[in-house]
Amino acid sequence: MRKPKKLLNDPNNVRREVMGGLLYAYNGKLEALEDYCAVYRTNINEQVIIVSGGGSGHEPTFAGFIGDGGIDACALGEVFTSPSPDQIIEVTKLVHKNKGVLFLYGNYSGDGMNFDIAAEILAEEGIVSKTLRGTDDIASAPLERIADRRGVAGIMFLYKIAGAAAQFKNYDLDSLYSVVKKANQNTRTIGVALDGCALPQSSNFNFELADDEIEIGIGIHGEAGLRRQKIDSMDKTVTEMVDRLCADLPFQQGDKICVSINNLGSLSNTELLIATKKVGEELQKRDITIHHLVTGHFCTSLEMSGFSISFLKLDPELQALYDLPCKTLGWRK
Amino acid sequence: MNLAQTQAMIIFTAQKMVESEPTLTSLDQVIGDGDHGIGMKRGFATVLKQLQDPTFHAKDIGDLFNQIGTKLMTSMGGASGAIFGTLFRAGGKSIAGAQTLSSQALSEFLNNGWQAVHQRGNAKPGDKTMVDALAAASQTAQQQINQPLPLALKEIAKSAMAGAEQTKNMVAVFGRAKNLGERAIGHVDPGAVSMAYILQYMSEYISQ
Repeated sequence: MRKPKKLLNDPNNVRREVMGGLLYAYNGKLEALEDYCAVYRTNINEQVIIVSGGGSGHEPTFAGFIGDGGIDACALGEVFTSPSPDQIIEVTKLVHKNKGVLFLYGNYSGDGMNFDIAAEILAEEGIVSKTLRGTDDIASAPLERIADRRGVAGIMFLYKIAGAAAQFKNYDLDSLYSVVKKANQNTRTIGVALDGCALPQSSNFNFELADDEIEIGIGIHGEAGLRRQKIDSMDKTVTEMVDRLCADLPFQQGDKICVSINNLGSLSNTELLIATKKVGEELQKRDITIHHLVTGHFCTSLEMSGFSISFLKLDPELQALYDLPCKTLGWRK
Repeated sequence: MNLAQTQAMIIFTAQKMVESEPTLTSLDQVIGDGDHGIGMKRGFATVLKQLQDPTFHAKDIGDLFNQIGTKLMTSMGGASGAIFGTLFRAGGKSIAGAQTLSSQALSEFLNNGWQAVHQRGNAKPGDKTMVDALAAASQTAQQQINQPLPLALKEIAKSAMAGAEQTKNMVAVFGRAKNLGERAIGHVDPGAVSMAYILQYMSEYISQ
């Protein structure tokens, strides 16, 4: 059986080294609260603060979306593990401007509990927060239990909308929460994997697929998807994914949407672009207008081979916010 | 059991939890993210360091457990950090001032701890989580309050392990196993096994 292979220094020190890398990659626009493995952007205006966090291993999610028109601070958890409350508490206390805090992260039980503990402790100190959990992964629960769904690559759209609203339009906490909630309700993602990923400390893959198999609906930690099947053509695979996305919201004729085609880690860019072509054709066929499309690595799963497709359905408010600039490590516009 | 003895018992337990990492990791690779053992090891290794630090001081048994809980919560992260941290913090606070760990105090610790864990994560018995081991342990502890601590702990540990074993037949409500549905049946919940191990190692120490 094939074994995972990684070029690391210390498998137990990955998040700290990732944090160090982020500081260099941001060229001075990012600062770290070293002891708490948390980062924040410099020169934050008087505004509602957007704090995120999550397990490492998904780079550039989550900290890579800090920046102008993005989020403000982030707590880095160990690989595939949510951060602990003190990381969230300390970075929030450091950057908040007394205008409230929006906690915005993916819907996983560990993240939920640790952010909730942090929010409770911050509330005792007079720091007001609201929490929004991204729930875009359509494979993780049926539509009637949308609140149970996991958050995956679609969270970048939520960061984009939230960052623009807080930084450039000075939305207060309540209106910021409302618009990001609307964006979350309008965002859907589905992924497919060709191969598993392995934790840095582990000599086994989190899951294995046979040489001729793919898994539709895979989660970003290797959570079981909707179905394992024999590998098919890219066109057929993308068609099913777009069908499922369109049926879930639903996205329909005349809609204007933003699209992200996300590399889960180690798919070739060649394959990603072939997927992108087919997504474009499928949307054109349905008379759905692509307002903006991005393709690349936005929410990865270590070395997992595969990709996900995310749609954000726009309305005038979301479109106006989306069109504002954004300069982050993970995404520039 | 006085404060120093209780601290020694937790040191033994923490060492054994660190050693259990490979077992817990392989259990979690079947139905979870594969990180449960690594997280528990990280948490209990930190607790070990904390308790072996000559400057460490706990006022009483409740404070000892509370401080351990804070350490677990801040060092582990993840669902396990929140849950096991909450157990030790809330359980510890409920027996604040106790200078000896009696069967009665242990029962209060487990019962209040499990109520707090339930409030934090909404898991109830039958959901295939550590609560299945914890709730079983808490129930047995209540029946054992008049027994000497070593005997009580033995029974508590036994029922916690039985509770963990029962998770084999359950469909998960939380975490990655939730998405496996029926596929998770036949596999124990790693968190429940961790909970049972903690009580088992405490029992082993006290029976030595």
